[in-house]
Amino acid sequence: MASEKAFITQPGISRPNAKWRHLWKYRALIILAMPGILLMLINNYLPMFGIFLAFKDLNYTEGIWKSKWIGLDNFKFLFASNDAWLIIKNTLLYNISFLLINTILAVMLALLLNEVKNKFASKFFQSTVILPNFISMVIVGYIVYGFLNPELGFVNKFILEPFGIDPKNWYAEAQHWPYILTIVNTWKNVGYAAVVYLAAIVGIDSEYYEAAVIDGASRWKQMTKITVPLIAPIIIIMTLLAIGRIFNADFGLFYQATMASGMIKETTEVIDTYVYSALMVTGDTGLASSAGLLQSVVGFTLVVTVNLIVRKFSRENALF
Amino acid sequence: MNPKRTNPIIVIVLTLFSLACLIPFWLVFMISVADENWVTAHGYSFWPGKFSLVAYQYLIEDAEKILRAYSVSALVTVIGVVVSLFVTSAMAYALSRKEFPLRGALSFYILITMLFSGGLLPWYLVYTRFLHVQDTLMALIIPGLIGGFNVIIMRTFFTNSIPPSLIDSSQIDGAGEFRTYFSIILPLSLPVMATIGLFTTVSYWNDWFTSLVFIQNEKLFSLQYLLTKTLMNASFLQTIANKAYSSTAQVTTPLESIRMAMAMIAIGPLVLVFPFLQKYFVRGLTVGAVKG
Repeated sequence: MASEKAFITQPGISRPNAKWRHLWKYRALIILAMPGILLMLINNYLPMFGIFLAFKDLNYTEGIWKSKWIGLDNFKFLFASNDAWLIIKNTLLYNISFLLINTILAVMLALLLNEVKNKFASKFFQSTVILPNFISMVIVGYIVYGFLNPELGFVNKFILEPFGIDPKNWYAEAQHWPYILTIVNTWKNVGYAAVVYLAAIVGIDSEYYEAAVIDGASRWKQMTKITVPLIAPIIIIMTLLAIGRIFNADFGLFYQATMASGMIKETTEVIDTYVYSALMVTGDTGLASSAGLLQSVVGFTLVVTVNLIVRKFSRENALF
Repeated sequence: MNPKRTNPIIVIVLTLFSLACLIPFWLVFMISVADENWVTAHGYSFWPGKFSLVAYQYLIEDAEKILRAYSVSALVTVIGVVVSLFVTSAMAYALSRKEFPLRGALSFYILITMLFSGGLLPWYLVYTRFLHVQDTLMALIIPGLIGGFNVIIMRTFFTNSIPPSLIDSSQIDGAGEFRTYFSIILPLSLPVMATIGLFTTVSYWNDWFTSLVFIQNEKLFSLQYLLTKTLMNASFLQTIANKAYSSTAQVTTPLESIRMAMAMIAIGPLVLVFPFLQKYFVRGLTVGAVKG
């Protein structure tokens, strides 16, 4: 440490000691922060050091430390199986379509909510649209099952059958799931995003609108020429942050809504479910660790890049 | 047009939207109160031709499993939320003190946790091979205790909403950092505590993933995990229904409605308190997304 050296070379005073004494003065704050520091050490830092496992042939009987180093073999195996491309493709395509659809619908919904004059009605609409965000993915799984149960489900019995269409075996036919999962995801998350945008809209200075009304601008004009441009920064930031997480799938959605059905993996397997089943179902730790590391590294790069971009737009919305 | 009245088209669109959010719950509810024979003949309907509360009767007769899962969830949630609020606010307080020499280092330490994750496998190994907490309630509590984002939100609240002069004067009067934290910071942070507390409550209550990964012992199943098992595993549902079978004079076990009745029992309390907590929930959502 260059700075400490500089301290020591100053004659007369022992500076490192003074530094420690200075810290000692704040020991109470260090003690207050300590539980959090330790928990993060366990929950976040120790697993980070575990990424070296991706280069090992993990063997529980020999122990984590004694397991053999195998270089990039885990990655070779991952990419040789074609699984890698499938899960990367699925993860990216789902996240991109979720992002597009959710953003457009959420902004529209926020604009509509902002037009509601009655306070009680506004509260009611806000409550109902964020209710899906409040419940667990497990319940979402039950709801989807209520609609899609192949023998009794509402869709087969009350929509397809009356129109003379053959019932579908939903949990075994992969081609439907891109649509189903997109609908479910929209249902669960669009209200939340709309409420965030609504908060931004409410924060807009009313003088803009007053001036526009004097100039004879219609509600539609006010919406498109004032509201949307003024919340554009927040839309951009939310979008960028979502891009930073584009390599991370919503495990709950892909696990619960599909009832973890093995027959539809072609369209429902994403990185997170793949890592989970490699670890917990097939016990293939090599695949789990290499796919996990891939996700971590790409995710980290994306988050950091996106943050640099967000900082350009608005400093206070950047993570660092 | 009267500017005080909402455009009726907008009201209609929003009403449809709200219905779309609510209707799925209605379907689950209707299956839970439908007569089993009618359901097996006609399917899941929004208005079954014949109603029956026998599913709930079954669940009351054999409430043991569900009550146990309820208490596991409640215990984990209460302990988790209380401990988490203390740990998070204490860390945030240290971080909010401008004089604290390790402030920069601590911020960086927290930031890294928000940027990089080791992935599922190493995380799993830390809990099972290092802490050895698999199949204990600790495995359900520890992972949710701290989150970098919550610390940052609380720190921002402390720096923006608690006047530094208040802290200074109390420390001139001889109060130490602990005293300041307990007697000044905590009483003044009710709004942020309520918001973060509510979010932590929901995430503990809704958590099933940590159970999926760490819990094998049936006695430690949380409510959400019991539901997961019930949905994905027909024989597991059968075991829940079987025990009650002898006590109710029913020819066929109403498995379809029992399943959905279990979901209703799980959503019920949450949906009932939701309108009262909605304000904090909305505040939390906006704070979480647009760093406060």
